[in-house]
Amino acid sequence: MTASKQQFIDNPLGTETVLNDVLDAFELLDDWEERYAYIIDLGKQLPAFPDDQRIEENYVHGCQSQVWLIHHFDEDNNRLYLMIDSDAMIVRGLAAIILVALNGKTPRDLLTTDVDELFEQLDLFRHISPTRGNGLRAMVGKIRDIAARQVA
Amino acid sequence: MTDLSMARTAPIAGFDVAAIRRDFPILSQQVNGKPLIYLDNGASSQKPEVVLDAMDRYYREMHSNVHRGAHTLGDRATTAFEDAREKVRAFLNAGSTREIIWTRGTTEALNLVANGLAPRLKPGDEILVSQMEHHANIVPWQMVAERTGAKVLPIQITPNGELDLDSFRSLLNERTRVLAVTHVSNALGTVNPIAQLIEQAKAYGAITVVDGAQAVPHFQPDVQALDCDFYAFSSHKVFGPTGIGALYGRESLLEEMPPYQGGGEMIERVSFERTTWNILPYKFEAGTPAIAEAVGLGAAIDYLNQLDRAAMEAAELELLARANTLVETVPGMSIIGTASQKVPVLSFKIDGLHPSDIGTLLDQQGIAIRTGHHCAMPLMDFYGVPGTARASFAFYNTLEEVDQLFAGLQKIQRLFA
Repeated sequence: MTASKQQFIDNPLGTETVLNDVLDAFELLDDWEERYAYIIDLGKQLPAFPDDQRIEENYVHGCQSQVWLIHHFDEDNNRLYLMIDSDAMIVRGLAAIILVALNGKTPRDLLTTDVDELFEQLDLFRHISPTRGNGLRAMVGKIRDIAARQVA
Repeated sequence: MTDLSMARTAPIAGFDVAAIRRDFPILSQQVNGKPLIYLDNGASSQKPEVVLDAMDRYYREMHSNVHRGAHTLGDRATTAFEDAREKVRAFLNAGSTREIIWTRGTTEALNLVANGLAPRLKPGDEILVSQMEHHANIVPWQMVAERTGAKVLPIQITPNGELDLDSFRSLLNERTRVLAVTHVSNALGTVNPIAQLIEQAKAYGAITVVDGAQAVPHFQPDVQALDCDFYAFSSHKVFGPTGIGALYGRESLLEEMPPYQGGGEMIERVSFERTTWNILPYKFEAGTPAIAEAVGLGAAIDYLNQLDRAAMEAAELELLARANTLVETVPGMSIIGTASQKVPVLSFKIDGLHPSDIGTLLDQQGIAIRTGHHCAMPLMDFYGVPGTARASFAFYNTLEEVDQLFAGLQKIQRLFA
């Protein structure tokens, strides 16, 4: 199956689940176990990723886990929709946070969103820092490139 | 949850792990608010204070270039540097310091050997490696094979992670020029019966090369008893500094091999008509070497020598045995690599969890392990896994730390339940 426009628009991350929800939730979590349980749960909200899109051009390199990223740009409302998949649960959860921050935005809004700052705020910066080879940075870079192409 | 507070076995005589831990300053710190439990020794081990002191003292009191100066500091530096070479010679029981070449590590040593043997290789020649090699003992041979037309053939392994000796014997023939095999598998911990392999390969006239990187942190090899032609190891895995390692090479082969890199130190005389090489071992040591690091490695060897090695090995095996008995306390956990002869390395997977999930969540608990393919992708392909989680122990690890690892894994599993 190929991802339909509807599947992109139905992605709850960034639309139903918004950044304030995540920030509020993090406020209430006080130890690492609760925080990561929440991150794992967020990862479960990632919509099913179409199998036929697991191809080289959608693969995000630089991860220990396998990470896939596809997008749909809606020209009618000028918004960029994203879908991500990974076989590692923590990476899925962190990808979900990235989608909460970036999915369904206009490319211009997306490009002005500081994901590093958000991860710092959530005390998750170590996961996205350049020293950690888990591919989150590559994931964000790829999303920003896609947005930049729409703006250009 | 299974009770982890079962009775301890009696401490091993001659081995006081609490005292040993005090020799390693880094081990007393907290990580993520928890006491550090360092179980990534297979990637790199920690350094005792005497190594740090030796390097500090070297720079404060004797630093100068080696083999050059007509001055006192130059003599001091050269003496310290050559003393360290002698310590490595004794550590490996090599016959002569002419057979001990400083390198940047095991990887450079193996590249040096592969390139040095290239002139002997021709199309159709065969180089045997094993399915469990680190990429450092595969890729240099592939590169040389590409240049010479030789072929690199893998010795198969058995499901429990031992070399398949039938496969080995079936591959040996008169075209076998090189056997390049690891003493201990980095990803599995398997100790290979290399003396036996070397003997059989020699019967066919093959040159034998041993990757000793993962062996030397756990036991002392004897290159004369093994009768291998080359043996390589890295300082940083054997409690010494990074940036240096050593290659043992049989003198007759080193004499015959061309230099690896050109530059200062490795020459006898340079002219535009004809340049001649320095004597061994300097012929293979172009440029200013890692002097302080050599001194640091010498101090690490001194440190190991004053330990009761037999007691240390017994303590390490106790760590592994303890870990093995606790595997069943984590549902879905299985060990990858269950050879009968192992160093204390536990490569594992847990059903439903990606190795990177395990690594991230252990890190939250202050526990450092390695996850991924361990630079052994052909081995991961054999097991059909993208990677494993690997806890690799050193003699400074404790039974309590093994327990903490398993308590940590149980916690992780509850998180995903």
